[in-house]
Amino acid sequence: MAQTLRQTGLHDLHVAQGARMVPFAGWEMPVQYPMGVMAEHLHTREKAGLFDVSHMGQVLVHPQSGNLADAALALEGVIAADILSLPEGRQRYGLFTNDAGGILDDLMFANRGDHYLLVVNAACADQDIAILQAVPGVEITAVTDRGLLALQGPLAVEVLSRLVPEVAEMRFMDSRALTWNHAELWISRSGYTGEDGFEISIPDALLVEFAQALLSCAEVALIGLGARDSLRLEAGMPLYGHDMDATVSPAAAGLGWAVSKARRTGGSREGGFPGASVVLPELATGAETVRRGLRPQGRAPIREGVEIFALPEGGTPIGSVSSGGFGPSIGGPVAMARIPAEIEEGATLYAELRGKRLPVTVTPLPFITPSYKR
Amino acid sequence: MKYTAEHEWLRAEGDEIVVGITKHASEQLGDVVFIELPEEGREVEANEEIVVIESVKAASDITAPVAGVITTVNGDLADNPGDVNEDPMKAWFFRMKPASMDALEEFMDEAAYAELIG
Repeated sequence: MAQTLRQTGLHDLHVAQGARMVPFAGWEMPVQYPMGVMAEHLHTREKAGLFDVSHMGQVLVHPQSGNLADAALALEGVIAADILSLPEGRQRYGLFTNDAGGILDDLMFANRGDHYLLVVNAACADQDIAILQAVPGVEITAVTDRGLLALQGPLAVEVLSRLVPEVAEMRFMDSRALTWNHAELWISRSGYTGEDGFEISIPDALLVEFAQALLSCAEVALIGLGARDSLRLEAGMPLYGHDMDATVSPAAAGLGWAVSKARRTGGSREGGFPGASVVLPELATGAETVRRGLRPQGRAPIREGVEIFALPEGGTPIGSVSSGGFGPSIGGPVAMARIPAEIEEGATLYAELRGKRLPVTVTPLPFITPSYKR
Repeated sequence: MKYTAEHEWLRAEGDEIVVGITKHASEQLGDVVFIELPEEGREVEANEEIVVIESVKAASDITAPVAGVITTVNGDLADNPGDVNEDPMKAWFFRMKPASMDALEEFMDEAAYAELIG
């Protein structure tokens, strides 16, 4: 049975701009515009790309007591991150975990003074909200009257400053409420491309107008989900449901760093999140398999599901590609896979593609040098 | 010029046919980044998958339109896969000698293909 797809507030704009719309996590989203994925990717790396990410879940978490520390401690019961120490006006990355130590979702959370703003994956939003609603002592509000845009690229700050001058002073992972056209924008200096940039939450009533204002700048082009995926892949950023899922632990996903010191063994608030008894020992000893970069030595892209072998023939697979494709800025294929931890960078492995074993080099992540403004 | 339902164009030249993909197919594929061509001299069946085209988005195959022998492949295309997007009618993939040239008759002409892609 056909499911009704949700549309973002920019749907008509996407269609008018010639976007190819596809179903994505229950939403009808633009995968590419007439410029094409390759050009959109390179435009973002050179100038500024505008992404509609309104499908992502935005959730407010208020403490019932009025004391933000109570909300932080309560959230730490479901999120394997240090939430309590996050200062006002700052944002951090974290993971929802399950009892087996797998990852249920990844998220961004920002301290907005008297509450937290969480941004979660579209496909996981319902699950995450259900988890949060069961957390004692907090009031959960799913934000349903705002869109979310990402402006990414080396010229993002210059462009956005024309509309909202205060953004020029923001550092990487700062989070601010700023005004544009009498509307309150929630802006963080962050993104998912490896470039400097901003993520901007805008009331629905002004979403189109704000997007048009950005698009009227010569440096800005609309960028679809296709290039968003190749940009984040080159930046070595994991994608939920691909590079991590409920069966993959933080250490195996290469996200052990997201479980901050305070929550680790010997930390001031050790454990206390689902699966901590599995996650923490593994962070100390290291996971058996870890997420690593792979560069195919030939030109054929290797994509998700392609099996990785230690030998040019025979043997059993030692891992499989979790995300892979062509990296337009690299000018060649790139991939990520979970492989045994003991395999060193620079080693040659073999990807079995269409019955042939193709050599790939184990490569440090990210594939490109990120340019965040710290 | 003839067209297959798999969006290939076929051009008869003497006792050979030259095979490429249509503009419509190249637009649907998006940016082509890698092409794997068959070996010259290979004997192929009709509908056998013999070329792999990788675009930024996904891999797809093209098939031998008829049974026959691959006589020449366009090696330039392996080095410049983007030519398929630039000028798909010029960027041929392979030449083949069909078992019978009559087999070409069953394919669409330009008008029928235009109707197919709407």
